[in-house]
Amino acid sequence: MNPAPASAALALGDDALVLSHRLGEWAGHAPVLEEELALANIALDLLGQARVLLSLVGDEDELAYLREERAFRNLQLVEQPRGDFAHTIARQLYFSSYQRLLYEELAQGDTAIAELASKAVKEVDYHRDHAEHWTLRLGDGTAESHQRMQQALDALWRYTGEAFEPIEGLAVDWATLRARWTDRITTVLRQATLTLPNGPQSGAWAAGGGRQGVHTEPFGRMLAEMQHLHRSHPGATW
Amino acid sequence: MTTMAPDAGTQDDAAYEARFNAAVAAEERIEPRDWMPDAYRASLVRQIAQHAHSEIIGMQPEANWITRAPSLRRKAILMAKVQDEAGHGLYLYSAAETLGTSRDELLDRLHAGRQKYSSIFNYPTLTWADVGAIGWLVDGAAITNQVPLCRCSYGPYARAMVRICKEESFHQRQGYELLLALSKGTEAQHAMAQDAVNRWWWPSLMMFGPPDDESAHSAQSMAWRIKRHSNDELRQRFVDICVPQAESLGLTLPDPDLTWDEERGHYAFGPIDWDEFREVLRGNGPCNEQRINQRRTAHEEGAWVREAATAYAAKQAERSRHGYRAPQDQQQGDTQEEDIA
Repeated sequence: MNPAPASAALALGDDALVLSHRLGEWAGHAPVLEEELALANIALDLLGQARVLLSLVGDEDELAYLREERAFRNLQLVEQPRGDFAHTIARQLYFSSYQRLLYEELAQGDTAIAELASKAVKEVDYHRDHAEHWTLRLGDGTAESHQRMQQALDALWRYTGEAFEPIEGLAVDWATLRARWTDRITTVLRQATLTLPNGPQSGAWAAGGGRQGVHTEPFGRMLAEMQHLHRSHPGATW
Repeated sequence: MTTMAPDAGTQDDAAYEARFNAAVAAEERIEPRDWMPDAYRASLVRQIAQHAHSEIIGMQPEANWITRAPSLRRKAILMAKVQDEAGHGLYLYSAAETLGTSRDELLDRLHAGRQKYSSIFNYPTLTWADVGAIGWLVDGAAITNQVPLCRCSYGPYARAMVRICKEESFHQRQGYELLLALSKGTEAQHAMAQDAVNRWWWPSLMMFGPPDDESAHSAQSMAWRIKRHSNDELRQRFVDICVPQAESLGLTLPDPDLTWDEERGHYAFGPIDWDEFREVLRGNGPCNEQRINQRRTAHEEGAWVREAATAYAAKQAERSRHGYRAPQDQQQGDTQEEDIA
């Protein structure tokens, strides 16, 4: 097996780490008990992926707790505050659809990332299923849920563009990945009676820069909370 | 037991009651469709609901540390634990539903302050070590209380408890292991662990409920084989387990009167501050308001989500009656490569 390209392991590991953290913020706040379980389950899967991926690069805790904001390589999409349940579902829809397609492709390779991807693709399949079913319920539920879901999809759309910028070290046909992702999202939204946002895919401004270490304002605050205890006790083991 | 309820209430309740009592005395399990006294049913609903509420309120003090867990391994363990508690809530609400009371009704009673949850969760988790102290002491006390419930006379509750106890014992071990790492860590970590144990010790002893001579529900519950041991017996058992464990942890328990009583073969311990217990029970603990407010807020803010799910399910049922899937598909034709719904 070939060594995994560090830049790619870091980018994918940070996506999983940060989204897991944001989902963990739901604990004790979910709209129904079943979703306490589901969101925690997805967060745990992602944390498991993050630990494998970061360990390909170095010490998982040093990477998670001792890097500065500018050294993180995650997409800006995953670092956004959790918002209401519709925002969380919209993000899960965008991200898990992307991750599902990407891992499927990466699983074909012969690096340590391929090994992780081939295992994780099964759990991500469940994450996408969860997001798609909630998209249908919220989109085609009540007038209020429809409106909230549409707003959330619109608000997060601008963060989807950068997911398809090439990651160094990964042999992926990004244009095809983007086309398959767009097809899938279009189909779900149509079934959910929702409208595909008219944003970056149609030439509008797309946020980006996460992969280069440029993040959004809420991310620094998230890291401050995540890292403070670890950093307060230099050299301690837990 | 298979004693069915009378069809029209014309039969003699006394005969059913005699059969019920005989089944309980013979250690048979009472099942949902069996006849049971109204008071037995009410007592079980009260106890199972309180237990379920404790699981879901109990998520809060620990979830308080998920976003600050100091290593990824600890974060994964903590998330899994909080998730287990949600799962326990689900089994228990389901057990209560077998007695004819829905989860929604029980949640309404919790939110209205008409049903209680374990008072222990009205104490705050101030440091990371509190996560360990909760695992070791609070889950430890819960296991001591709950293992006998695996033999409770009501079948669905007893079966739920078997699974819950297995998971709780894992939680207890992770709490102990977390505290051990702190106790053997830096000076600051050791101090953090000791401080947490100092704060959680006495409230954990209160978890067994008031002394036997003041316990309102105990005698009847013992007779019905819902409860197997008295509050004081269980409390003593817990103290006896904890003292040597504290020694292994390299931590002390905050009770100068804690001594081995050769004659009784148990540890003697100092007086419990029952005034504090009653105050917290009455709503005057450090976090009573915070806990119930968070629960109510999550429920209220989630109302639109639950309504959407109900509305969608109704639409789907209607569509399947009429043999089509979604309005959009009808208009545009079925062009997607994969069916999603």
